Amino acid sequence: MAQEGQQHPIAIYFWIWGLLFVVSFFSYMVDYLEFQGMLRWSLIVIFMLLKAGFIVAIFMHMKWERLALKLAILVPPVAILILIWLMSLEGDYTFLTRIEFFAAGDPAPHGSPHHQPAGGGS
Amino acid sequence: MSEAIMTKIDDVLPAGRRGVVSDFSADKQAFHMPWGKAMMWIFLLSDTFIFSCFLISYMTVRMSTAEPWPLPSELFALEVFGVSVPLFLIAIMTMVLITSSGTMAMAVNMGYRKERNKTFWLMVATAALGATFVSMQAFEWSKLILDEGVRPWGNPHGAAQFGSSFFMITGFHGMHVTAGVIYLLIVAFRVKRGFYEKRGGNYEIVEIAGLYWHFVDLVWVFIFAFFYLW
Repeated sequence: MAQEGQQHPIAIYFWIWGLLFVVSFFSYMVDYLEFQGMLRWSLIVIFMLLKAGFIVAIFMHMKWERLALKLAILVPPVAILILIWLMSLEGDYTFLTRIEFFAAGDPAPHGSPHHQPAGGGS
Repeated sequence: MSEAIMTKIDDVLPAGRRGVVSDFSADKQAFHMPWGKAMMWIFLLSDTFIFSCFLISYMTVRMSTAEPWPLPSELFALEVFGVSVPLFLIAIMTMVLITSSGTMAMAVNMGYRKERNKTFWLMVATAALGATFVSMQAFEWSKLILDEGVRPWGNPHGAAQFGSSFFMITGFHGMHVTAGVIYLLIVAFRVKRGFYEKRGGNYEIVEIAGLYWHFVDLVWVFIFAFFYLW
């Protein structure tokens, strides 16, 4: 059993701590400056992944762990991406079904603009 | 055929309850770390799947609803000195949680240096910040329930699914923070009392508690991005 544990210079924690504040501030600014559309979504995801990466790699010491643990913990979540893909297909399908159903009772069903779900994309 | 093989194995290895123990302990160690730490990682992996299921079902209901989704940016705005600032409380909550992650990382570091007093105070600070986070969340919930009329089954701002997703996701996360505060305080007071000195002065437990705490912060990163900003 390795008794050394995870010992690293304190400076790296302060660096990451500061970076987390900066990136959080940026992602808050995305909302404050009211960016919309693809720009908004890509910025949100980039800042989110940056923060998540810093936390897992440095604060949770994953960077210094052996490959066996890295693989055991980081590979299974890939399955989640498949579920996201499947459920976004399902969500779109349900949305279209609902629109069709509600439009059937509408006196003027055709020509109404096909409005996109707010949470579109994955 | 299979019966023949069964008898053969039972001749070599102990059967019954002893057999269960010998089977499970016969493998070689896969993760070269204290078992508590490996188990915490595996627990966190399973928790990742639980939170993913919540966030994915939120995505599905948000994509499939024909009603407009309530705008979090407006719903969670707060009046500050007469000016409405979007997501003001959420931004502060995010900063509080990041700060607590920082103090926790320092506590882990001090634990390995056997600076018991510093470890204790850093863990207490982390727990205090966690309690602050939960209190702010309680304030947010009561504002949403009492002032905005949001219920799990509907709300006056749009899609009914907003309430159920919101209360489920943030409620489950808040429960994790609450459990973390209790966990941290227990470990902190044991560190102070010198409980771990009697066990060979091993402060791995501080790192294990830290893993849990950082995970709670990690989940908040995803909730913040997908629920509040999206």
